[in-house]
Amino acid sequence: MSDARPDPDRLLEQVQRDEVRARRGRLKIFFGANAGVGKTYAMLSAAQAAQAQGTPLVIGVVETHGRGDTEAMAAGLVRLAPSQVANNGRTLPEFDLEGALQFGAVHSGEPRALVLLDELAHSNAAGSRHPKRWQDAEELLAAGVDVWTTMNVQHLESLNDVVSGITGIRVWETVPDRVFDEADEVVVVDLPPDELLARLKAGKVYVPQQAERAAVNFFRKGNLLALRELALRRTADRVDGEVRAYRRSVSVQPVWANREALLACIGPGSTGEKVVRTCARMAAQLDVPWHAVHVETSAMGDPQALGVLKLAGELGANTATLSAPEPAAALVRYAREHNLVRLVLGRRAHPRRPWRRALADQLVRCADDLDVLQVALPARPGTAASERPRVLQDPDADEARSWRGYAAAAAACAVLVLVATPLAGVLELSNIVMLFLLLVVGVGLRLGRGPAVLAAFLGVVLFDLFFVSPRFSLAVSDVQYLVTFAVMLVVALVVGQLTAGLKVQAAAAMQRERRVRSLYDMSRDLSAALLPEQVGEIAARFLRAEFSARSTLLLADDANHLEALAGGEAPVDLGVAQWSFDRAESAGRGTGTLPASPCLVVPLKAPMRVRGVLVLELPGSAQLGPEPMRLLDTCASLLAISLERIHYIEVARTSTVQIESERLRNSLLSAISHDLRTPLASLVGLSDALGLTEPPLSTAQREVADAIRDSALRMSAQVNNLLDMARLEAGAAPLHRDWQPLEEVVGSALAASSEALAGRSLHVNLPDDLPLLHLDAVLFERVLVNLLENAAKYTPSGSAITLGAEATTREVSLWVDDEGPGLPEGAQERIFEKFERGSRESSLPGVGLGLAICRAIVQAHGGRIQGSNRRAHGSIAGARFTIVLPRGEPPQDDGTGKSTTL
Amino acid sequence: MNSPVSPAGYSILVVEDEAAIRRFVRLALGAEGHTVHEADSVARGLIEAGTRRPDLVVLDLGLPDGDGIEVIRGLRSWSTVPVIVLSARSQEADKIAALDAGADDYLVKPFGAGELMARVRAQLRRHYQQTPGGDPLIVFGDVRVDLARRTAERAGQPLHLTPIEYKLLTHLASQPDRVITHQQLLKTVWGPGHADDTHYVRVHMANLRKKVEDNPSMPRHLRTEAGIGYRFVL
Repeated sequence: MSDARPDPDRLLEQVQRDEVRARRGRLKIFFGANAGVGKTYAMLSAAQAAQAQGTPLVIGVVETHGRGDTEAMAAGLVRLAPSQVANNGRTLPEFDLEGALQFGAVHSGEPRALVLLDELAHSNAAGSRHPKRWQDAEELLAAGVDVWTTMNVQHLESLNDVVSGITGIRVWETVPDRVFDEADEVVVVDLPPDELLARLKAGKVYVPQQAERAAVNFFRKGNLLALRELALRRTADRVDGEVRAYRRSVSVQPVWANREALLACIGPGSTGEKVVRTCARMAAQLDVPWHAVHVETSAMGDPQALGVLKLAGELGANTATLSAPEPAAALVRYAREHNLVRLVLGRRAHPRRPWRRALADQLVRCADDLDVLQVALPARPGTAASERPRVLQDPDADEARSWRGYAAAAAACAVLVLVATPLAGVLELSNIVMLFLLLVVGVGLRLGRGPAVLAAFLGVVLFDLFFVSPRFSLAVSDVQYLVTFAVMLVVALVVGQLTAGLKVQAAAAMQRERRVRSLYDMSRDLSAALLPEQVGEIAARFLRAEFSARSTLLLADDANHLEALAGGEAPVDLGVAQWSFDRAESAGRGTGTLPASPCLVVPLKAPMRVRGVLVLELPGSAQLGPEPMRLLDTCASLLAISLERIHYIEVARTSTVQIESERLRNSLLSAISHDLRTPLASLVGLSDALGLTEPPLSTAQREVADAIRDSALRMSAQVNNLLDMARLEAGAAPLHRDWQPLEEVVGSALAASSEALAGRSLHVNLPDDLPLLHLDAVLFERVLVNLLENAAKYTPSGSAITLGAEATTREVSLWVDDEGPGLPEGAQERIFEKFERGSRESSLPGVGLGLAICRAIVQAHGGRIQGSNRRAHGSIAGARFTIVLPRGEPPQDDGTGKSTTL
Repeated sequence: MNSPVSPAGYSILVVEDEAAIRRFVRLALGAEGHTVHEADSVARGLIEAGTRRPDLVVLDLGLPDGDGIEVIRGLRSWSTVPVIVLSARSQEADKIAALDAGADDYLVKPFGAGELMARVRAQLRRHYQQTPGGDPLIVFGDVRVDLARRTAERAGQPLHLTPIEYKLLTHLASQPDRVITHQQLLKTVWGPGHADDTHYVRVHMANLRKKVEDNPSMPRHLRTEAGIGYRFVL
């Protein structure tokens, strides 16, 4: 029974995920096998129905291609005007993402705003925020806007190669499978091929003019059938996945956490592309996570393989680059570390080097418990890599270097011949062979594998020409020498290979070590940094050394505004930086957002919050491969952690200073208050005690004693006022707020001012439905006492004082009315100032702090106080002081059920 | 403890570092016929209290060698003698701490001789003239509470109190003139664990006042000590 109980952590995770989902907009895809099946029409007719039901919707983009019935379907729906994107001096109309987001913000309530976006796979003009329309859709969804869109099966990233294999036409505009799989709804718009062909004949299918010949090939019945099958099957997979997800969600059996994940092994060049796509499809069908790795056997790196790795990342894989001489061992180690039990790799029909053991065999030898799946590769390497972005390494320079290497190898051989010819009579021929072998080792060590091979062959030929009789001819007199040549060639090749390999590995190890060391240096420097500027400088130094890039650090303030740190070198586009900061995602070059921007923006994510962004201006037009990108990410998180540490040092320091100054202020205030109050208290008491002495005082003496006592009391009251004001102004009087009925405070205030109110008729009108108020009882009693004593002081004795209150939905107001002469005109605000009194020439004692204290206290409670005159029959009937306090949220529980001793 | 029979002539200890105030308190209490002993520090106070065995202690909270609360704690370990605390205004936290430590009442400086003597009289009366064993009847105004039968009536009519109100009323009324803090009431009626729920007390107190006071916003018997607690006055 117990193992069927839901895991609370998992439930919480589920709830959180559901919440995120609930905030997100919903994506609905109208999915078809190919153009012309009526996706746009279906979307528009569904939109008409939704609009009739009151959904606020707008057409972001709809391509009707001038078809009448589709056009008619769009009638009555609002269209968003396209925005003009400047591109190479022309302006292209594009979908207005900002306008759509604004539309979504305006209609943020229920039902949610809906945006129609035709052709999800569309590529935006360079200079738009995102390179792809599906990224626009993602941003809309993230902003809580629903999106309806259309797409064809050929645009699905993982089916891209399959479709191009069927139809012979490669489509470059693709949508990641993730978008399709995470869509909330997929509607299949289906049309049998015969009907589609009929529609094509009738001119009802839009075909671009220039592509008409291609279209003839494309719209063959065989193609259409295959595409239809693909579309239906892909949708069926999706439905199947939904069913499985549902089963899992209701299942009581715990799912084994380590599911059988896949590992795609990416070989050199672009051959891995098919492996990656196949593995992505399999992972989706099996509903398991998958990894993709590329083993670097040379230090040069393989830009095409890295491109494939990037594709794998886009398809949802965890990617990694390993550096090892033997791919098989590295792959097995990686698979063991990540608990991957199935390896997917490519197999060539005609291997380039038939004598080498195939990778699959090596893997099986290394680890026979792993499943190895082989994907057949085309015999000829694909030509698909034409559009791959260049990775940060200049192939031109590479080429030049290698050309020079071959030349140097040839030259070295020639020099050796020159040197060895005079020695031919002295040395045995076998020793001259040794010299050639030595040369190959040297070339391999210095110039690499290719030149070493060249040197090996060249060496054999030259040896034959110059040293073996007959000299200066390739002919051989003694057949024995053929054995010599063969052995020499094989030994030279093997030795050359080995030494070149050694060199490559040493270079790779050195580069890795250099990276690690510079990261280590940076983290050591960062741990000593005490100012954000120092962090910026360390970052700039590191990035200059590692990426030869200029950088700027932008820090966020408390209001989440970014500000560039002084000393930054890279130009900053604040818009991109803010976008990246707000979403905690990288933006700019090489990313999915604003790839046309010259800079790369990386958010600095620290454990508590995003601390800022790092702007990087890379040299040339290159992009970062996965490995440097990971290095950059590590660098960014180190920077973020340092910035956070610095921030908290600052916080700690400020609060120490604050505590210190508060302590000082409090001890000062209490020292003053003690020194002033104690003599006054003695004065009051002693003058009082004078009346108790024997023999009793005379009447005159008693009057003097009483006068001393009254003066001392008055002075004490004023000292209290001054000290209270000082406390309140210094913020040194923390409120001790409790929820309490107003009646109680009023009661204690009336009791406290009973002496001043003697002989007054007092009316208290507090309604029964007053809520509890969150008050500091002592301070608030003081407010009321001051108001009551003021009323008593400034009105004729015997006149009435009324206290009333009233609650509205958000506030509670309380007022004190008197029947005096009222407030001087225009002084209603001024009387709350310090040292202000109603009328200056008044003979009444006091320095005018009472109302100022009232205001300070009421404001500290988040309320306000004002004075006004009450009018009756055109004349002033008296003054009214009104206090308005927020209601807040009083606790509902009154403890009735919690008493322990009933 | 040897409680004198006559209302006057008690022995009173004044612990106060300010000579002028000590002098005034001695004058005032002496005029009532009490014997006054003086101490000017925590240490002296505890020694005097131990040797003189006073019937009441008047205690200043700010003493040169420590906090007056230490005197209360020391005293309460062996005596129930009434303690009246002297303190400055705006030191509510100190007053509450003193009351929770066992003080019975407090006076805010500056205070007059009349005020002091009234408080001293009330404490002496409460402490030394209560019927031993406790009167099963509490009578104030037109309210009668029968502790034995757990009933209450007002002006001859039965008074319906909730169990909480009954508990609050009897706890307060059994200690007239004594200041009882919110925390003490919470602990008595609700038990420990409700230290932050002072509004429980306030809400039920407001209801109780409506039932037993003539004018609930100007209570005669169930007085509020702002920010501190309540005092029952007969």
